[in-house]
Amino acid sequence: MTDATQQPDRVRSQWWDIWDQFKTHRGAVIGLGFLIFITLFVLLGPLLWQVDPGKLDIRNKDMRPIYTILWDSEAKVSWAKPLGSDNLGRDILANLMQGGRISMAVGWTAMLLSVILGTLIGVLAGYFKRLDGLLMRFTDLVLALPLLPLLLVMMLLFRDSLRATFGPENGIFILIVVAIGITSWMQTARIVRGDVLALKEREFVLAARSIGTPSRRMITRHILPNVLSPIMVSATLGLATAIITESALSFLGLGFPSDFPTWGKILFDSVDRMTNYPERVIWPGLCISLTVLAVNYIGDGLRDALDPRIRGQ
Amino acid sequence: MIDAMFGTNFADGAQRIISFQSRSPVFDIIAERMPQTLWVVGMSYVVGVLIALPIGIISAYKQYSIFDQIGTLISMIGFSVPTFFTGVLLIVIFSTMVPLDSIFWLPSIYDTTHEVTDWESFKFQMRQMAMPVFVLALFNAAQISRYMRASMLDNLGQDYVRTARAKGMTEKIVVLKHVLRNSMIPVITVIALGVPQVFGGAIITEQVFKVNGLGQLLITAIQGSDIPMVMTLTFMFAILIVLFNLIADVLYGVLDPRIRYD
Repeated sequence: MTDATQQPDRVRSQWWDIWDQFKTHRGAVIGLGFLIFITLFVLLGPLLWQVDPGKLDIRNKDMRPIYTILWDSEAKVSWAKPLGSDNLGRDILANLMQGGRISMAVGWTAMLLSVILGTLIGVLAGYFKRLDGLLMRFTDLVLALPLLPLLLVMMLLFRDSLRATFGPENGIFILIVVAIGITSWMQTARIVRGDVLALKEREFVLAARSIGTPSRRMITRHILPNVLSPIMVSATLGLATAIITESALSFLGLGFPSDFPTWGKILFDSVDRMTNYPERVIWPGLCISLTVLAVNYIGDGLRDALDPRIRGQ
Repeated sequence: MIDAMFGTNFADGAQRIISFQSRSPVFDIIAERMPQTLWVVGMSYVVGVLIALPIGIISAYKQYSIFDQIGTLISMIGFSVPTFFTGVLLIVIFSTMVPLDSIFWLPSIYDTTHEVTDWESFKFQMRQMAMPVFVLALFNAAQISRYMRASMLDNLGQDYVRTARAKGMTEKIVVLKHVLRNSMIPVITVIALGVPQVFGGAIITEQVFKVNGLGQLLITAIQGSDIPMVMTLTFMFAILIVLFNLIADVLYGVLDPRIRYD
């Protein structure tokens, strides 16, 4: 996308047009800005705020955020803990950054997995007529499963064996990513299949076939670039659902181990004390909600921008 | 009785599916939990649909108006903010910040043993249902109103709408009779497909508000490795989902005469 920006105006690429259209969607631009901000916050934040999120500081436990002093001058606050500390004295700001890293990492990897799986199945089903019925019935089958109960049962069945093989943290990471990935590819597969079916009837595909292009190159050179836009839209939506699902699992206590913060985990751990310390629930909740909202708005803007019927109006 | 319906009373109680946790038949426990789930989750679904349809219709009819902008924003928020956060936020506001004696105070824990006998207890029931129902209704309404709006927009641009207007029909009849009927077709299937989730119980919301419904039953069964319970529940959900998929397909054929299954 960036290569095209250096070229003279005459050979404007398609992506440049899309970016122009994307810019007119105010919500999407704000969403993109926020996503960049929160990504920088979790990636670069720990470099600036060098506090170990797991460090127990029992003497400074139950600190309130610094802004509490505005209405309650007796509150226990300190500049050393701008967002307060939890019941074990762990710094909440550092925990939010660390938790954000995990949540985002799970979100992106699970999304990538589901998009790759969905695209693969969608293209195969759309391009090869023989596989169509089989793969689409399989998609319907997975689509009919209730997701959250299925995820919970998967957690129940595979948690211990994966923990034993890969260690507690990596094992759970793999399990959550795979579980979310293989339960969310169906929409992508359906959309991609529909588009591939339509593309197959187009003249350029016929032309390519008539000069003897093999199927493999046909798919990579002619089909895939043309179904890129629906894939991108479903990728953004996939990122949003992956982040929500991960935090929902953590919230139900089936996610990462307790000394391994994610946004959902921090929220879950603070629910018991939310009467006295509402900020511990509100901050991670806001992080999840705003990130997902931003991603959803980007998806909305992207869908408008990639739709050639709307673009150029 | 339920055992007989599902054919699981093989030897009159001797070989019924027994929960590992409570040593009582699984279906007895499910029958105990079913009313709470149906009340709270079912009510929220009905409320959600009732809110979503008018919002979807109006925001499609007045596209890009202020109402549409606000409606889209709210549905986006309802879509994006996870229910465990809205639930917790509502508890923080209505159970802890609001004083106990004010009428806006709402109990944060759902009391399942509460029985509705008179007006007072009915009012209490309403109050304890308010928060979980609102949380779930917001989520459901957000999804359904998006579908409703998109479907209305699709239909409003069609030729038959212009014909109806050209015939001199009033806007009310054009929109509510012609357009609405056609745009309800996809929306009704979406609504039908959502019904199994009502029976499945809202696992997260039930956990937040301590409603001991089916979702909560499932999660405690999973945490306690109660395999018979988990299997029965997931099997029930599976049957319901297949059933409502079928109903949605049949409804589609009934509502849209162009679709015929050979």
